[in-house]
Amino acid sequence: MDYQTLRTFADSWGLVFMGAVFLIAIGWALRPGARTSNDDARMIPFRDDEAGQ
Amino acid sequence: MTSFLQAGAYLLFGILSLFMIATATSAGFAIHGVIILIACILAVVTTVGRLQPSPNGGWIVPDTANGGYHDGVIKAGVIATVFWGVVGLLVGVVIAAQLTFPTLGWGIEYLSFGRLRPVHTSAVIFAFGGNALLATSFWVVQRTCRAQLWAPGLAWFVFWGYQLFIVLAASGYVLGITQSKEYAEPEWYVDLWLTIVWVAYLAVYVGTIVKRREPHIYVANWFYLAFIITIAMLHVVNNLAVPVGFGPKSYGVWAGVQDALTQWWYGHNAVGFFLTAGFLGMMYYFVPKQAGKPVYSYRLSIVHFWSLIFLYIWAGPHHLHYTALPDWAQFLGMTFSIMLWMPSWGGMINGLMTLEGAWDKIRTDPIIRMQVAALAFYGMSTFEGPMMSIRSVNGLSHYTDWTIGHVHSGALGWVGMISFSSMYFLAPRVFGVARLYSLRMINWHFWMAMGGITLYTASMWVAGIMQGLMWREFNAEGYLVYSFAEVTAAMHPYYLIRLAGGVIYLGGALMMVWNIWMTAKGRVRDEAPLDAGTPHNPHTDRPLVPVGAAQPAE
Repeated sequence: MDYQTLRTFADSWGLVFMGAVFLIAIGWALRPGARTSNDDARMIPFRDDEAGQ
Repeated sequence: MTSFLQAGAYLLFGILSLFMIATATSAGFAIHGVIILIACILAVVTTVGRLQPSPNGGWIVPDTANGGYHDGVIKAGVIATVFWGVVGLLVGVVIAAQLTFPTLGWGIEYLSFGRLRPVHTSAVIFAFGGNALLATSFWVVQRTCRAQLWAPGLAWFVFWGYQLFIVLAASGYVLGITQSKEYAEPEWYVDLWLTIVWVAYLAVYVGTIVKRREPHIYVANWFYLAFIITIAMLHVVNNLAVPVGFGPKSYGVWAGVQDALTQWWYGHNAVGFFLTAGFLGMMYYFVPKQAGKPVYSYRLSIVHFWSLIFLYIWAGPHHLHYTALPDWAQFLGMTFSIMLWMPSWGGMINGLMTLEGAWDKIRTDPIIRMQVAALAFYGMSTFEGPMMSIRSVNGLSHYTDWTIGHVHSGALGWVGMISFSSMYFLAPRVFGVARLYSLRMINWHFWMAMGGITLYTASMWVAGIMQGLMWREFNAEGYLVYSFAEVTAAMHPYYLIRLAGGVIYLGGALMMVWNIWMTAKGRVRDEAPLDAGTPHNPHTDRPLVPVGAAQPAE
């Protein structure tokens, strides 16, 4: 595997793969169903009263 | 049983250090052997010394947390953060003075600028910043997971192992032991030690997340975890080296432009994941806690996270504009750096808007005031950075003091202020006292820090742009107009202003030392409460008019 092969992979399939993973991650956060879990998650710092085992 | 295994491992390291001392061909390596030997002896004594007889026979480690959160290691982290912060800033002031008056150092090699400069950078980034991250991450992960630290003994190993790394690194620089990679100066054996400590840190962190009682992993932990994992990767790859025999010298496996790119992939992501992602973890917990309000948008915080992670890792090549690095790689680094502006400002807006409906706290709560200033500097330096990564701008700014000004607006403004505010938040809690010694002193600290940063960054902007313009000035015959020495001489007044800024910033940090010291002793300063502004009726939002004063016409 030489420099040219790696470089061509990086700006083709590598780029597509990273872009797709990024869009999925963002899409997952923005999906309408995430609203209730987000509203719940932002209150986590205020539920710190007891340590579990 | 495991305690005895640990003690045995420390003994083995102790024997190894004896071997270091015995075979050392340089004084520096022998001194490092002695430091490691002392550390091993202390480790064996404390590991065995803390054991208590178990009622069932054998020996046990007493549970100091009594079923609550493990805050002992966090208390140690707060003390270490404050201590190393002052050390790092003090060395910074010394080298700023050396740049202003080059004869300071009196020809003593151990005090030369080249040796003290990495002591300053490592002390502020890795010792001050690193301890702040250790302490706050252990606090945040326990609270947001509602679980005790996994393997608290290992957490103590991480803390003391990290302090040993700092001492070895800093003493090595002074003794001339360095592999000359910026922000990665420690030699191979110190790098190996940090790798062990870092893997233990990752284990404690992930172990705590695994045993969490809160189903969702709060976003601050995402940032901390990204910081821990990425630093592990960067550290290992950039420091791959072959030692020359058993001694303090090694050669990196990378060469030429690959070495340069690996170094700046490391270097810029030290900024991105150590100084940004880690401290954003701090921001996403401590700003909502201090404000008493949840983060403005949890969804934005997730978008902030993924965008930052996906973009930052590619930004490193902007350190190598107009070099032997291929043009496409330079443009790649520049493009990703410019795109980074958006997630950075998304995060800044998210932090600032958390105060929506509680803006009055900026006036009444000096800790909030520090956090807001930190976020403002985060925004400013993440705008300035992308701008400086543009090739034509970089052609002017690179190698000049503009870069130094930019770095310090981020380091003193963002990293410093968010860390100070977190230490003020933690101090009364970890020392188990009702409140801080003095709120007014936080306010003084705030204004001294702001004054120091203003003098520092403004002088370095002017000096840097002047320096860049003087370097590139041609005359009609095509010759350079100014010699290097002439440019250096022109910088003198700005170096004086920078030195003054550093001294003032250090003064603010000393005020924090006193405040936290007195807090630890449980003292409360006799002081008037902070000004809550014009007396007003909060319901009608109208100022209260003193009795007998003229009434305004309706």
